[in-house]
Amino acid sequence: MTEIVFYILAAAAVVGAALCVLQRSPIASALWLMTTMFSLACIFVLLGAQLIGILQVLVYVGAVLVLFLFVVMLLNLSHEGSDLRGPWGVGAAVVVIGLLAVELFGLWQYTPARLAREVAQAPQLADPRLAFPAALSMHAVATPNVVEDLAAPLFQTYLIPFEVTSVLLLAAAVGAVVLAKRRI
Amino acid sequence: MPPAAPIAPLLGPALGLSAVLFTLGVAGVLLRRNAIVLFMCIELMLNAVNLAFIALAQLQGVGGQIMVFFVMTVAAAEAAVGLAIILAIFRHNQSVDLQNVNLLHG
Repeated sequence: MTEIVFYILAAAAVVGAALCVLQRSPIASALWLMTTMFSLACIFVLLGAQLIGILQVLVYVGAVLVLFLFVVMLLNLSHEGSDLRGPWGVGAAVVVIGLLAVELFGLWQYTPARLAREVAQAPQLADPRLAFPAALSMHAVATPNVVEDLAAPLFQTYLIPFEVTSVLLLAAAVGAVVLAKRRI
Repeated sequence: MPPAAPIAPLLGPALGLSAVLFTLGVAGVLLRRNAIVLFMCIELMLNAVNLAFIALAQLQGVGGQIMVFFVMTVAAAEAAVGLAIILAIFRHNQSVDLQNVNLLHG
């Protein structure tokens, strides 16, 4: 049952992405991209990342895509002809899609058990608790909970990257205002 | 003999979907000249990478989901700054066609 739902959502995501690339009007592209992002949010829930699924809807569909639509509306673009690139761009795209076919053929050979085994045997990355030693003194909370499972490591082990993120967002906000305000 | 790994049945299909979506994003960047559509394709690629992180987080622990959290933050910041740049470009030459953007061409 889960797999049927997954494949329906995956088909919706791929169709949305393809039409996002191929549609001429930017508004149509944005709306098809929204289809893809909603399907991906549902897939995240299927894969056991409920909080990330909700964040996907809130951040991408609610903020980023609305921003895109606002900009398209502000620009008042004229309806021009096709904006496809020349033969070099098309050739490069065909090469990339050929690489994808090779890659998917490789993935096709794997059974779920073999994939899980090889992922489990992959070399572990550095322990984040050692990379960010400031958080070492804190204790992990071990209650099974969708939000807490994500929040406890985020605010303990990954506290420093989380704080750095706030600086990034501040810089982005200031930069966006400066760029959009001044005449360059 | 390592302990038997938990089997995530959707891992393979999810990784395949992630590859397909990423490739569609790359193809869009290569094919289109409209700067806004180009940005949408970049968001599509970031989403595909998020899907790969979440699929692998089924086996490897919650670190993948936290990485997705950071990727989303970076994507939001990038969209804000990028769209501001597109607005500035549009005010400069009344078009978002990337063929007309050659200020640094020398």
